[in-house]
Amino acid sequence: MLIMAGIYMVLAMSLNLITGITGQLSLGHAAFYGIGAYTSALLSIRLGFGFLITALLGGIFTAIIASILGAATLKLQGAYLAIVTLGFSEIVRIILLNWMSLTRGPMGITGIPRPKILNYQINSSSDYYYLILIIVVVTYISMNRIIDSRLGRAFRAIKEDDLAAQSMGINVLRYKIMAFTISAFYAGIAGSFYAHYVTYIDPQSFTFGESIQILSMVVLGGLGSMQGVMLGASILVFAPELMRSLAQYRMIIYGGILSIMMIVRPEGILGSRKGKKREVDTVVTEGA
Amino acid sequence: MFIQQMINGITLGSTYALTAIGYTMVFGILELVNFSHGTVYMFGAFICLMLMTVLGLNFFLAFGISIVLTGILGIAIDRIALLPLRKRNAPKVTALISTIGVSIFIQNLVMVLWGSETKNFPRVIATKHIQFESFRISHLQVIILATSLILMIGLTFLIKKTKIGKAMRATAQNIHVAKLMGINVDFVISFTFFLGATLATVAGVMVGMYYQSVDPMMGFMAGLKAFSAAVLGGIGILPGAVLGGLLIGVSETIAAGYIHSGYRDAIAFGILIAVLLIKPTGLLGKEVQKKV
Repeated sequence: MLIMAGIYMVLAMSLNLITGITGQLSLGHAAFYGIGAYTSALLSIRLGFGFLITALLGGIFTAIIASILGAATLKLQGAYLAIVTLGFSEIVRIILLNWMSLTRGPMGITGIPRPKILNYQINSSSDYYYLILIIVVVTYISMNRIIDSRLGRAFRAIKEDDLAAQSMGINVLRYKIMAFTISAFYAGIAGSFYAHYVTYIDPQSFTFGESIQILSMVVLGGLGSMQGVMLGASILVFAPELMRSLAQYRMIIYGGILSIMMIVRPEGILGSRKGKKREVDTVVTEGA
Repeated sequence: MFIQQMINGITLGSTYALTAIGYTMVFGILELVNFSHGTVYMFGAFICLMLMTVLGLNFFLAFGISIVLTGILGIAIDRIALLPLRKRNAPKVTALISTIGVSIFIQNLVMVLWGSETKNFPRVIATKHIQFESFRISHLQVIILATSLILMIGLTFLIKKTKIGKAMRATAQNIHVAKLMGINVDFVISFTFFLGATLATVAGVMVGMYYQSVDPMMGFMAGLKAFSAAVLGGIGILPGAVLGGLLIGVSETIAAGYIHSGYRDAIAFGILIAVLLIKPTGLLGKEVQKKV
């Protein structure tokens, strides 16, 4: 469980960069996760690469795909961007499902080797735990560095008002692609870890529902807040488990909690209320 | 063969169109993507089936009751899950997650109440065909097309000519000014949700009859397709939703018939993305000048 929570923390942090920091609604994060997982699994099975290399290549390949998607969809906003990212992720899932010779379709890929790092074979779950802990910490630190850098400030400027950002000399289109690329890199690594952890992947693990799950974590924890999205990820991983005794009712309760949380605290558990003021301002100026 | 595919595609497309109208109306007014809409569609079809099989009502009575019940559900979703957020001016994405929560809630409620397996939808209309030289149309297809057509014409009339339609258009244009002009905005929004939900129910029940089966997961793909249809035509624009629905229905049946059935959904989404890349506002969308 802790290990899955770690994977989702990395995924949520990476989506946070697109949706929380840069303000672009993406509904296709599971596609990046899936591309990373499949790339890594295929590289290690077919070419026998080690975990460090497959994870890195998985991340890089996912980032390349994302930069192409980002470049193509630059000009879209709001619902249009959301539906294109969603459509993209459905296409990726359907290709994984139908490209039998490469992905074995619905049967999935079995026998993905366990990671071996510098002659140290990862076997027990505590080994996995430490490995994902390292990945989470590295992601957290490097993400924070990115957000506090010039790049991160440009991202936030785009979120606040992309026209104003443009007029301040920020190349909005280029930065949007960069947000997609960086985010997908981390998602690809998370996917790669997942593949080597469960040693079996099929397209079922990378559906639209998964994207929504990750987005819910980000929004629940607080858009834009790094600690928030990690908390959101932990809550949504553990909540269904804690309710396991309620068996068939747990998903009903889960859905209910999700809605109630949004109503009670729309800015997320650790989110700031900064965004709210601005919306009120816009309403006032528009109404006048 | 080709004409046959076109007819099947248009039949399917018109049910997407009916569902897409619900997305587009809500988006037009609230700028919100309502992810519970697909579930409402499924819920409508399920309620209708349950009224018929469990209570033994005849089809038309069950259909009528399910329309009303689902309409009320639509209003309830708005009042419970969305109104509190509007009152607080919460970010749009929060409302979106809230509708996802509602959708998970309803879908699993249906599964707990009636089981998660696929259920047979009774044959209400005898399967007869009108045979032409190279193709045929079933009576059911004629009924689906006619119903969709009548509802769309009725809806256009409602929006263009009636007082509530005028209020809806005003609210869609600028919700705050509409409020200043004395329009009961909350009522208009509730009415929009009611209308969207009833149309989704009609579509859901007709699809249930067409495939003779319903299952709790059916709303998911249909919801995605309808949402795509709304965006394809230009979200917020009614004729756009209809055009988008028909295009997606036709392209997916033709793709399934001529290319590969496994890729039918991928092709529908591929066309959607291609169109949006060329014309980012959708087929019938107009460029909106952004206020600074």
